[in-house]
Amino acid sequence: MTALLAVEAMTKDYPARGSAGMLRAVDQVSLSLEPGETLGIVGESGCGKSTLARLILRLIEPTSGTVRFMGTDLTALSSRALRPHRRNMQIVFQDPYASLDPRMSVGSIIAEPLDIHGVGDRQARRRRVTELLDLVGLNPAVADRYPHEFSGGQRQRIGIARALALDPKLVVLDEPVSALDVSIQAQILNLLLELKGRLKLSYIFISHDLSVIEHVSDRVAVMYLGRIVETGPAVSLFDRPLHPYTRALIAAIPGTPERERTLLRGDPPSPERLPSGCHFHPRCPLGGEICLKTAPVLRLIEENRKAECHFAAPAAAADLRDHS
Amino acid sequence: MNADPLLRVENLTVAFKSDGNLIPVVDGIGFSVPRGRTVGLVGESGSGKTMTAHAVMRLLPSSVTITSGRIAFDGIDLANASEPEMQHIRGDRIGMIFQEPMTSLNPTMRVGDQIAEMLLLHRAMSRRAAEPQVIAMLSKVGIGSPELRSAQFPHELSGGLRQRVMIAMALICGPKLLIADEPTTALDVTIQAQILELLRSLRDALGLSILLITHDLGVISELCDEVVVIYAGRVAEQGPVAQVLGRPRHPYTAGLLAASPRRSRRGAPLPAIPGLVPSPDERGIGCSFLRRCPRHLDCCATITPPLDATTKGSAAACWNPVE
Repeated sequence: MTALLAVEAMTKDYPARGSAGMLRAVDQVSLSLEPGETLGIVGESGCGKSTLARLILRLIEPTSGTVRFMGTDLTALSSRALRPHRRNMQIVFQDPYASLDPRMSVGSIIAEPLDIHGVGDRQARRRRVTELLDLVGLNPAVADRYPHEFSGGQRQRIGIARALALDPKLVVLDEPVSALDVSIQAQILNLLLELKGRLKLSYIFISHDLSVIEHVSDRVAVMYLGRIVETGPAVSLFDRPLHPYTRALIAAIPGTPERERTLLRGDPPSPERLPSGCHFHPRCPLGGEICLKTAPVLRLIEENRKAECHFAAPAAAADLRDHS
Repeated sequence: MNADPLLRVENLTVAFKSDGNLIPVVDGIGFSVPRGRTVGLVGESGSGKTMTAHAVMRLLPSSVTITSGRIAFDGIDLANASEPEMQHIRGDRIGMIFQEPMTSLNPTMRVGDQIAEMLLLHRAMSRRAAEPQVIAMLSKVGIGSPELRSAQFPHELSGGLRQRVMIAMALICGPKLLIADEPTTALDVTIQAQILELLRSLRDALGLSILLITHDLGVISELCDEVVVIYAGRVAEQGPVAQVLGRPRHPYTAGLLAASPRRSRRGAPLPAIPGLVPSPDERGIGCSFLRRCPRHLDCCATITPPLDATTKGSAAACWNPVE
C-alpha cells in the first residue's frame, strides 16, 4: 500500500523577533499517513504542531523538505498546479467562532469550496449543502441562518461540513474540540469517527490533549520544540512510552490514577535559544553526559516505534534493566 | 479550631437585567468551604460557576446583581458588605487568582512592585520594608533567582512563572481563603502539573482553604476534598470528591464522566450528552437537565428536584438518581 501522505525532512524557519537570527518552528519532521489512518500529533504550545499542519497543506511555504500527497510532490508545484490537489485535502480549525465568516449564511459558507472549484450548478450545490448538513447532524433548514445563531458545537459541525464539501481524502483537524465543553466535545469526536468510517477519510488530528489523542488515533507523533521525539501505534505508545517527555506528558494528565508523577522542571526553552545536544535535556529526568553534547536522532527502537532519545530501549531490554 | 466553615454560601441568586426583567444566572446555589479544605466548583461554560465565585468576591459586572442569599465569610455577610469593606477583604483576607495571569497583572509594573503593593495597601508598609517579604514569597511559590525575577516585567516571564507571581500576590497578605478561578486552564499540561503541585503544598504549609473553579474533573480529583457540580445555575450534586466522581448520583455528573475520553473505551463512540445547556432565559420550571437526561420522569418537568442528601454524604438534585 502506498502512503496517502509522506512528509520528508520538513523544516520551517521564521525570522526571530528583534534579532537577525532565525527560529526553527518545525525541524526536520518526517511522517507518513496510510489511507484510512488517523495520525495524532500531540505536543504543548509552541511545539510547532499547528505550523506543521499548515506546511502539510502548503498553506505556508516550507524552508526545506517535501510533502508527497497521493504520489505528487506538492512542494514542487506552482500554486496554480496545486489547486486540483487542494480538493483532496481540507482543514478544520480550533476556533469555531473565528473560522466562520459572520456575514455569510451557513449555506454559502458550506458551498464556498464548491463555488471556488466550480463544482456543479446552483441547484446541485444547494442539494450538496442539504446533504452535508444532514451528514454532520444539522437540520438542512439552517442553511439560511448565520453563524452567530449557533453554539460552539454546532459551529464546529458547520466547519466540518465545509471541509467535507469537496469529498477530500485527507482532513487535517487542528485542535477541533479544544474550545468545546466536554459534553459537546464527545458529540464532535463521535461525529468525526463516524464520518471517517463512512467516507473513508484519513485524518491528521492535532491536539494538546493526550486523552483526546489516545481516543482517536491509530498512530501518534509526539512533538517537542519543532521535532518529533516519539512515534508509534497509539496503544503501545500510551501503554509504554519510550521517550521521557512522552512519559512526563502522560503522567501530567490530571486525575490519572496511581501515577508516578514525573514533574518536569521549568518551562520549555524558547526556540530562539535552543539547548545544546538533546533539546529536552534541561528538563529531562534521565539526562546523561552524552545528552548535553550529542543530539539524539529519531531511531527505530522496536517494531513500528521510534524515539529520539539516547536511552530509549526496546521492551525486553528495558525489563532487563529494571530487574537488574 | 473553629468548627464553622470559613465560607458558607446560602441560597445565592445572581441575576442580570435584560429588557427590564431579572434573569437568574445563579439560581439558589448553596455550599460551604470548611477550614483547611479545598472545595471545587465544576461545570461547563454558562453553568454559573464563575459568576458564583465573582459574587463571593463581589466583582460582578454592573449589569449583574445578587438578588438574594447570604455569603457568610468568617462572620461577615459578603452579600451585604459595603464596597470599602470589600476592599479590605479582597487581597487581604481572601486571595484570588485567575485563568490568565497576563490580563490580571499590570504589564507596566515590575512583578516585585506589584506584589509589594498588596502590603503597601493592606499593611501600610513601605516599599523598602516590603522587599524581604516579597523575595521570600517569590521563593515560596517556587521561583528561582527571586531577586532577579522581582525586577522583571510580566511579559518577560513564561505563563507558568506568571501564574506563580499571581499566587505570590494572592498569598502575600496571608489570607485564609484562596479563590482560584480556572488557575491552570491556560497552561500546558506539564506546567499545569507543576502549579497543581504548588497549590497543594502551599495549602498544606499555610493551612489555606481553597475555592477552586474549573471545568476539568481531572483537576478536581487532583486537588479537592469536596466538589460541587453546577448545571444551569443550580447545584446538581455535591459531596466528597471520591464519592461524587466515584459513584455519581446525578445523571449529569455521570454523563460528564462518561463523556470524557478514557483508555478503556479507545476509539469507541463516547456516551455524549445530547443537546445543549439551556440558556438562562430558557430554563423554566422543573429540572433544567430534563431535556438532556436519559432518566427523566414525568415529575421532572413540573417540580424542580431539591438537593437531597444520600446516605453516603453526597447530595443530588434529582428525582431519579443513578443507583
